[in-house]
Amino acid sequence: MPAQGGISGPAAEARVTGRERVVTRAPSSGRKGTSVHSTIENQGAKPFTRRRGSLRWRVVDIVVAAVIGVAAGLIFWVWNLTYTPLSAPLEALLPGAQSLLYGVWLFAGVLGGLIIRKPGAALFTELVAATVSALVGTQWGPLTLVSGLVQGLGAELVFAIFLYANYRVYVAVLAGAGAGLAMGINDSILWYAGTGADFKTIYIVCAVIGGALVAGLLSWVVVRALARTGALSRFAAGREVTARS
Amino acid sequence: MSILTPIRGTARIYTVNPVAKLAAALLLSGFLIVTIDWVSAAVALVLESLLFANAGLDGRAFFRRTAAIWIAAPLAGLTTLLYGVQDGRTYVELWLIHISDGSIVLAIATVLRILAIGLPAVVLFATIDPTDLADGLAQVWHLPSRFVLGALAGLRLISLFLDDWRQLELARRARGLGDTGRVRRFAGQAFALLVLSLRRGSKLATAMEARGFGGSITRTWARESVFGSREWLLVAIGASIGAIALATSIATGAVRFVVG
Amino acid sequence: MPIGTHGEDTAAARDERAAAGLRAENWGWRHAGRSSWALRGLDLVIEPGERVLLLGASGAGKSTLMHAFAGVLGGADEGEEEGELLVGGRRPEETRGRVGLVLQDPDSQIVLARVGDDVAFGCENLGVPRDEIWPRVGKALAEVGLDLALDRPTSALSGGQKQRVALAGVIAMRPDVVLLDEPTANLDPAGVVEVRDAVAGVVRASNATFVVIEHRVDVWLDVVDRVIVLEPGGGVLADGDPATVLRERGEELAAGGVWVPGADPLGGGPARERPVLERAVTHPLLLEAAALAVERVPGTVVADCIDVRVRAGEATAVTGPNGAGKSTLALTLAGLIPRAGGTLVATPELSGVDPADGVPPRPRLLRLGRWRHDVTPAADPARWTSRALLTRIGTVFQDPEHQFVSGSVRGELEVSLRALRLPPEEIAERVADVAGRLRLEELLDANPYTLSGGEKRRLSVASALVARPRILVLDEPTFGQDSRTWAELVRLLGEQLDRGTAVVAVTHDRAFIEALADQVLEVGGS
Repeated sequence: MPAQGGISGPAAEARVTGRERVVTRAPSSGRKGTSVHSTIENQGAKPFTRRRGSLRWRVVDIVVAAVIGVAAGLIFWVWNLTYTPLSAPLEALLPGAQSLLYGVWLFAGVLGGLIIRKPGAALFTELVAATVSALVGTQWGPLTLVSGLVQGLGAELVFAIFLYANYRVYVAVLAGAGAGLAMGINDSILWYAGTGADFKTIYIVCAVIGGALVAGLLSWVVVRALARTGALSRFAAGREVTARS
Repeated sequence: MSILTPIRGTARIYTVNPVAKLAAALLLSGFLIVTIDWVSAAVALVLESLLFANAGLDGRAFFRRTAAIWIAAPLAGLTTLLYGVQDGRTYVELWLIHISDGSIVLAIATVLRILAIGLPAVVLFATIDPTDLADGLAQVWHLPSRFVLGALAGLRLISLFLDDWRQLELARRARGLGDTGRVRRFAGQAFALLVLSLRRGSKLATAMEARGFGGSITRTWARESVFGSREWLLVAIGASIGAIALATSIATGAVRFVVG
Repeated sequence: MPIGTHGEDTAAARDERAAAGLRAENWGWRHAGRSSWALRGLDLVIEPGERVLLLGASGAGKSTLMHAFAGVLGGADEGEEEGELLVGGRRPEETRGRVGLVLQDPDSQIVLARVGDDVAFGCENLGVPRDEIWPRVGKALAEVGLDLALDRPTSALSGGQKQRVALAGVIAMRPDVVLLDEPTANLDPAGVVEVRDAVAGVVRASNATFVVIEHRVDVWLDVVDRVIVLEPGGGVLADGDPATVLRERGEELAAGGVWVPGADPLGGGPARERPVLERAVTHPLLLEAAALAVERVPGTVVADCIDVRVRAGEATAVTGPNGAGKSTLALTLAGLIPRAGGTLVATPELSGVDPADGVPPRPRLLRLGRWRHDVTPAADPARWTSRALLTRIGTVFQDPEHQFVSGSVRGELEVSLRALRLPPEEIAERVADVAGRLRLEELLDANPYTLSGGEKRRLSVASALVARPRILVLDEPTFGQDSRTWAELVRLLGEQLDRGTAVVAVTHDRAFIEALADQVLEVGGS
């Protein structure tokens, strides 16, 4: 249990020098799974760190990814009950634009990817979230699972392109956009197969924008806020933020 | 929460391996997804409804579980009616809205198709116990057990999270934030739920590790997941309904593929 | 007998095996990203088969040590280790499964949905053959005294039963060492006894080594034969047989928050100044319930026929067995959920509104609720706005984290004052006042979630008090608190009572009731 969220020594120092410092640790003797840390000291105005941990999933990675998925699935469920009053006017204004709001359904994957930082994290988290909303009951039945798979893949591919080593804000936004693109295409085939090209185009473009903003940018902000609560202390994603602030 | 509890009873369907139900639902969906015409969807619906009587749900449970689909299908139909592909006579034209013979036909097809895909899946899912599903996924389909069991353990927390959500809601009223700002409150509660879930998840992971989970030993299974003739039969039924529906629509010339 | 890794173990050999000892040699651990060590320079030997109570002030690293022995600290990814830690002569990571660990939170350590499956979970992970798992499960459940169907849903169990299921899951693995990390801290008194007895039974039947961490010493005195007190930051403060350690170190331990038998956390002084009778006469009625029925889910009444009068400056303790609807009653009295039946009337003294005039708008949140019209809206707390509630009835939830709405302690304290639209100067003044009284000044910029358990509790009380409500409703305020936080809380509530605030507390805590309560309301049970 973290007792204090105070400012630790090295972090305070880092702030003074205006340069990121990462506490590097000597790997403990002869144990498997030692992580590789590389510190890049950036001379520019904005310091950044690139850390690449072990890509093997720990138990805590699996369980927390699943639990994020479950919580997200529940949030989707509440959202499903509330979003229609918001999306109806959007749809009336520009048909297809309702997909701007569908970015909410995409945040689980991006959030999972950003927190867990392991190959498959985005896919797994989004899939669990979809399973939960399918179990709790959505109007879309088991095809929620297909949507979850496709949307998770959209985000996953972006994290993979960056070799699971870069989790900065633009990567998060791209991952959200990737998920949005995947959702847009998937929905056009599954649900709006009969609609015209105009509608589909607007729908997909808005899905990408919504995904980038809501699932991408917002998830990134949420991860930072979560880190400040100490809830991510077992993850590199959490320790990076707390070491800095 | 009651909706998460699988319906149980003595009917055959309750004991069929959940992965077979999943496979049957997915296969059936697979056939229906490639087309958007009313014939394939209607044929599938008719065949399915013959089976719903044996699905182990009484009428009340059936409509309670499938209520959402009955609402969603007409809504999606309406979207198609307004923005569907233009064809034949056009009745209304307003910016992007075109109501035409083509869009009317497509709208009907859309409604039937969503019902044909959604209903059997919900009905099959209603009798699935998550633990049995996980056993099946890991033992029959050989998905990685660490992930399957991790997800299963996470799933168990859902009722705790539902309680959390209610408490969070009441707490906001107690703190003077209950009167306005619904979207803001939703966001705040969602964040708080994530914090709570991360805490619970970390503790659960520790508890699981302490019981040897994720170690190097090959795991055994206390419950055996069997995939036998009944399971194959259910999968075959799912596939044949889809195949018959598709074949009928091709034979009658009504078929209209989604792509191409 | 040579002890192999568990890959080589056969289940049969396990049965015969002797308990393993625990050893720490100049051991230390620093969590990743922290600058200070949780523990450092610890030397400790626990012999095979010993039964040990591990004590120490909050933050002394007891849990860290226990997690390390169980091999679940997370390795190099999650922190830095120095020195050596051995279980039966091997590193803990190599012996996982031989060390069983029961944790504090009953809800977070049940893994599966059915009792039998959950107990079997550990055996499955250790590769025990299927035919052998189920006999082990039955035996383990019997040993902890649980007579439950194997397919009983774990979600339907009480806290004490959940902890016993967790214990059964651990002993079904036939471990050489059983570690218990505050196994009863989250339980009511009946649950505490249940779990303690189950552990005592298991200890008698097995030759495994037992180590337990707990703040409440009296619970475990009969079970253990050795007490070790850890020094904050590392090192052993005291070590020996229970009687000697408590005699020599009792005062020190009590000051550190440990519940030492015979020690009064309040130091002998009263929690309140004014005698009960005087208060009852001089202070007016605020809230009155008659034949009240309460429900959480509409249609499912959990308690009814409740009559209670809440008076200014008077403390009401609500007690009763688990599941009797105490929390639901508290939420109803607090105006957070609508009642199911009967009457609940706020006097004009509380509402500040004559029932005849002034009907505040119905709260949005509850618009869908069902309403009875025998009480005017102004007199029914459930129909007040969320804002109106603030200055009338404050609520402190059982889990402080449920009521956090802000990223800093200061923000937490300001939220309700902003909702009341008070001028900035007054907000600042009130925050400073309440932060001072509850020792939160140093923490004003900290994130609420990062506080310690005791600090979170103080903050949750402070954030309700800051709006100066006439009634304060608390749900299990002393649950799981160490004796220091307990005493602080009791003194604070005593002070509030002396100022004329009414207190309604759901509690199982006898000492709390004795220190504060004017009346006790028994809910449910016969």
